Amino acid sequence: MGFGVSSFAALTATMAEREERRFAQVSRESVALMAESAGVELGEEMAAVLAEDVCYRLREAAQSCSQFMKHAKRKKLTVEDFNRALRWSNVEAVCGYGAQDALPFRSGKEGELFFVEDREINLIELALATNIPKGCAETMVRVNVAYLDGKGGVELQGAVPTAVQSLSDDLLKYYQQITRAILGDDPHLMKVKSVSHDLEQLNRLLHMVRSLVQNPYLYLGSYVRSLVSSVMYCILEPLAASINPLNDHWTLRDYAALLLSNIFWTHGDLVSGLYHQILLSLQKVLSDPVRPLCSHYGAVVGLHALGWKAVEKVLFPHLPAYWANLQAVLDDYSVSNAQVKADGHKVYGAILVAVERLLKMKALSLSHPGEWCFNAQTGSLAAAVGYSSPGLSPPPESLSEAAFGIASHLQAGSGGCPWEEWAPVSLPAMYLELYSFFGDSLAVRFSTGPGLDSPPYCPSALLREPKKEALGQGSNSDTARKMPQLTANLSISPRRDGSPRTDPPPPSLRSRYSSSRSAQRLTGLPRDVFPKARFASPQNGPPSFSFVIGGRQMGQRCQGRRPFQTVFAPTPPPAAVPPRAYAHKLPVIGRVGKPVRRWTCSHYSLLLPL
Amino acid sequence: MAAVQGGMVDEKEEVDIKTEPQSDGLMNTNATDGRQLSPSPSSSSSAGSTKSAAGAPEDQQTLLAVLQFLRKNKLTESVEILRREAGLPEDALDTKGADCSAPSSGGTAGGVDGLDAGSLLSRVAVSSSAGTPAPTKAAVADDQPDVSVVLSAYSQQGDPALYKVYYSDLKKFIESVLDCHRAELSQVFYPLFVHMYLELVYNNHESEAKAFFEKFSGDQECYYEDDLRVLSSLTKKEHMRGNETLLDFRTSKFVLRISRDSYQLLKRHLQERQNNQIWNIIQEHLYIDIFDGMPRSKSQIDAMSGSLAGEAKREANKAKVYYGLLKEPEIEVPLDDEDEEAENEEGKPKKKKPKKDSMGSKSKKQDPNAPLQNRIPLPELKDSDKLDKIMYMKESTKRIRLGRENLPSICFYTFLNAYQGLTAVDFTDDSSLIAGGFADSTVRVWSVTPKKLRKVKSAADLNLIDKESDDVLERIMDEKTASESKILYGHSGPVYGISFSPDRNYLLSCSEDGTVRLWSLLTFTCLVGYKGHNYPVWDTQFSPYGYYFVSGGHDRVARLWATDHYQPLRIFAGHLADVTCTRFHPNSNYVVTGSSDRTIRLWDVLTGNCVRIFTGHKGPIHTLAFSPNGKFLASGATDGRVLLWDIGHGLMVSELKGHTDTVYALRFSRDGEILASGSMDNTVRLWDAAKAFDDLETDDFTAATGHIHLQDNSQELLLGTYMSKSTPVVHLHFTRRNLLLAAGSYAA
Repeated sequence: MGFGVSSFAALTATMAEREERRFAQVSRESVALMAESAGVELGEEMAAVLAEDVCYRLREAAQSCSQFMKHAKRKKLTVEDFNRALRWSNVEAVCGYGAQDALPFRSGKEGELFFVEDREINLIELALATNIPKGCAETMVRVNVAYLDGKGGVELQGAVPTAVQSLSDDLLKYYQQITRAILGDDPHLMKVKSVSHDLEQLNRLLHMVRSLVQNPYLYLGSYVRSLVSSVMYCILEPLAASINPLNDHWTLRDYAALLLSNIFWTHGDLVSGLYHQILLSLQKVLSDPVRPLCSHYGAVVGLHALGWKAVEKVLFPHLPAYWANLQAVLDDYSVSNAQVKADGHKVYGAILVAVERLLKMKALSLSHPGEWCFNAQTGSLAAAVGYSSPGLSPPPESLSEAAFGIASHLQAGSGGCPWEEWAPVSLPAMYLELYSFFGDSLAVRFSTGPGLDSPPYCPSALLREPKKEALGQGSNSDTARKMPQLTANLSISPRRDGSPRTDPPPPSLRSRYSSSRSAQRLTGLPRDVFPKARFASPQNGPPSFSFVIGGRQMGQRCQGRRPFQTVFAPTPPPAAVPPRAYAHKLPVIGRVGKPVRRWTCSHYSLLLPL
Repeated sequence: MAAVQGGMVDEKEEVDIKTEPQSDGLMNTNATDGRQLSPSPSSSSSAGSTKSAAGAPEDQQTLLAVLQFLRKNKLTESVEILRREAGLPEDALDTKGADCSAPSSGGTAGGVDGLDAGSLLSRVAVSSSAGTPAPTKAAVADDQPDVSVVLSAYSQQGDPALYKVYYSDLKKFIESVLDCHRAELSQVFYPLFVHMYLELVYNNHESEAKAFFEKFSGDQECYYEDDLRVLSSLTKKEHMRGNETLLDFRTSKFVLRISRDSYQLLKRHLQERQNNQIWNIIQEHLYIDIFDGMPRSKSQIDAMSGSLAGEAKREANKAKVYYGLLKEPEIEVPLDDEDEEAENEEGKPKKKKPKKDSMGSKSKKQDPNAPLQNRIPLPELKDSDKLDKIMYMKESTKRIRLGRENLPSICFYTFLNAYQGLTAVDFTDDSSLIAGGFADSTVRVWSVTPKKLRKVKSAADLNLIDKESDDVLERIMDEKTASESKILYGHSGPVYGISFSPDRNYLLSCSEDGTVRLWSLLTFTCLVGYKGHNYPVWDTQFSPYGYYFVSGGHDRVARLWATDHYQPLRIFAGHLADVTCTRFHPNSNYVVTGSSDRTIRLWDVLTGNCVRIFTGHKGPIHTLAFSPNGKFLASGATDGRVLLWDIGHGLMVSELKGHTDTVYALRFSRDGEILASGSMDNTVRLWDAAKAFDDLETDDFTAATGHIHLQDNSQELLLGTYMSKSTPVVHLHFTRRNLLLAAGSYAA
């Protein structure tokens, strides 16, 4: 029987392939073997004749069973069809293979033995099982207008996307779980686009994407691309939810950007071709003045998430052009513009963070050969702006390692399609240019920004990290959502803390916040000027908050970006001060206030040549 | 299952009865021409008996053979009866005829296959008798002598090694002749190849046979691929017994149409070369239909060839076919007008009246091509039928005129959770009900209107209701049973075909279990199980006037039944392989069958004769559709092509190429302008039928010779391709207002 079945399977296989003219053969040896097992001794000749006849009968049966398939209007020949053919030719049917699923047909480890996998089933367990399956769903008819007047296609009801069909059973279950998790009971949410009004949904969706991406047992293959595209959607699109300022779509964008970088980290091999494409689309959004600011914001955080190289390639060359637009928004003080302006500040903050990181990483990449070199670099840089921070130099080896990680990744990612228009700009030149835009705030952030204290990069840490990020994100967004409109700006800070995501923040996230808070309190200086900063501090003391406010306040007095910058000067030190660096940091922070005015002057001088 | 077809024959029987070429009409055992089809049991029994054949010499021989067989099996009583009957005049009815055939068929089991008529006769006898025991033993045990009879033609010995030489010699010759003859003579290759191969196999030259097959199988036309595959597995004499394909080749002569010039050329060549081997085969196994005139071109030949037994003989399509529609009953018009007026008085002003009149007058005109109104007895119209007709008239006034510029909307009925089990679908004519046949032996009926399906009350409850009340029809229904769908259990195998009766009171289903069942849609129970096909029944359909229905199955015959008779009224035998689909002509006087022998046959319900044979499909035919005016026929096959036929002239009209998989559904729009085809390739395609028929120009020559020139205008005729989402289209239906309904089960 076993042989019969196996050759039958082989036979149906051959039938499936039309061009395959050869049919399954049952060898003489098989027949002899079967006879032996039945206790009959067969002569060589007899076995040969029998084998040939068996072959013929099998072919005949296969021929006649195919018509049962055709009349049942199926494309797949089933065991049932074959049994019918056997029954009609008065041959005993093959029992036990009536399952609808395809039978796994395997070859033995050694020799040319093929068999159908036949698991043993514990009947007792089956009989006493309490989780009796509920049975299949009722067969039903559903109607829908497929084509109206011979035009257009309306989706078929109950149809599942074609891609799903090819899934195996396990994957199908997984798919169902996922769809249920995402969609709940609402079948209308099949597409991202249809949920753009519902941040909750989008958030859920993103979290689902994250878990998909992080599932080490799931090979996403080409589906990564579609994931990326949905994530990009969340980053860039002017979602319907953005209309209401109370909606915290910023967090969503941050999270999506984080996810994007995460995908690139973990699935770099799969999306290598996409990198260039994504950069292009980000650039497109950024250079499109018609797009709302939230899209621009998304583009900036997206670039930031893709690493400093991306920022250097895309954002940096665009900055001069973009700056004008942003400035115009920021300088418009009409009431009607308030919301837009708040958005503008968001973008400003995002750019600042991105740029800061760019500078820092660039400096690091230049100084990678050694600690001293790095220090020298920073030193010289700092000297160039009239500010030295020898005591602040962080342990460079760890960071440079991380920098390499990102850089090499980016190079790998963009290897296929080099960024042609991009000509590297030397670090000082870049700094000068950027400084022309951001002024002091840049300097402050540059000298004391986060990331310098990152732990050594390791992939596992990266994998774990996002969860923490997500947590932080969630709590941040909570506060942000509770805030009234004016203080919605607060979420800048979580973003800024969270945005250098390619660079994993230290595990001691909390302590860092608290330290920065205490640092703030200690300095006292910024608080006098910007009392509103206190709003932020209970959560995580985002320094950028204060400078934004400051910018606005100062802007009232003066025009343009210069006053803007002068105001930045009193900005408190950034949050990311490692606890151990805290002691060293104290005096520095205290000093921050003083050099400010000098910087403004130097800034002027720097600006003139431009 | 193939084995049974072989049947058996008496060893003492004269083994070398020559098979005479016979027209298919003669092969039928039905009542002879002219006899009115009277739906009475006695007439139906005559279908099973053999007496009608008396007269023709070959039929006498058949009778003799049957008698001998019966005697050998000690069925003396049957012998007596048969002899008595054979002597009687043919129109005499004897109810014992049925009794005669029943016991005899139990023994013959598969038929006396010695000769054409005999084989079909006995096969008919077997399958027509209801309670035939399973023919297992007989078939298996007695195959051998039969085959020896059959294959005796192959016993002539030639040198097996020379076969290759003969064949390649002929091949060389045909390749060297003028182009115009080459295409025609090339037709000889395939039948010759098969017969030579079988001869080799029969004479136990296995290795030579294999070598021969290897060498020349590649030369054959690609559409014979399926047959070649069967052939290739056949390498031993023992295997030949009971092989369907082999039997087909033997029982029927392969028909070729060759011009006289080409034929002379071939004949001369073979005689010059003394190539007797090939000449013998041509003489014995081929029927060459010689015509005078220009040889046909390759494309002309290709359009018509592809069937299992070559093309149809020209004579086969000569009979007159009354394809016109029957006159609508006279009572219809006044009734309809009255009703319309009543309607108008209530609602709109009487605007439609002149329109109505014109329609009425149109239907009054007698179509010269229509059969006589009483050619076959049709059921009287009931009041409910008249009401339905009125409804139909009303609906048709609201019908959308379809055309090239005005394509129909398509509604798709998707069967969900059917687990690939949906095998057949049908809609009622008024599109109020949909039924599905399933592989799990069930038939399910759904109401597609808000009106739910209700059963009639139980007998006890029915006694209680007031029978005089006006709404008695409403009162007999049991509200408690109202539901959207009902399941009909009864079959013991996959249901392959279903059909609603025109009055929506009945449903037919046919199944793998060999039965056709009639279900009541009032009680949702099975009323009758029609046993006759002892093999899977592939398709069944109600007559457009109800009462009659036709079924066709694996036993290669189609049967005509009346709902109140447990035995068939007619048996349409002649197909060389399974009858895969059956359809009634709109005038109910004809039945068309498609088969896996790749031919379509049109049968006269009255006489039981085959009046048309259409060849040209390259695969088993799975669907057929008549145009509403009854003039044309569309057919779809596994080759994905749809062919259009002119019934009156017996010609192929058009070839519609586009589908990439089996066409399972065909339907003309209500006014015949559009042809919709649905396929396994998940598409519905719309074709400009009106244009295809308008372009048709039938000159006398074409009509006389049947040589058609088809221009490839599929793309011109294709009006649209509509995709479904992985849902093969199993059924198509135009509502009375010309909305296209499609149905299929979602294939997950």
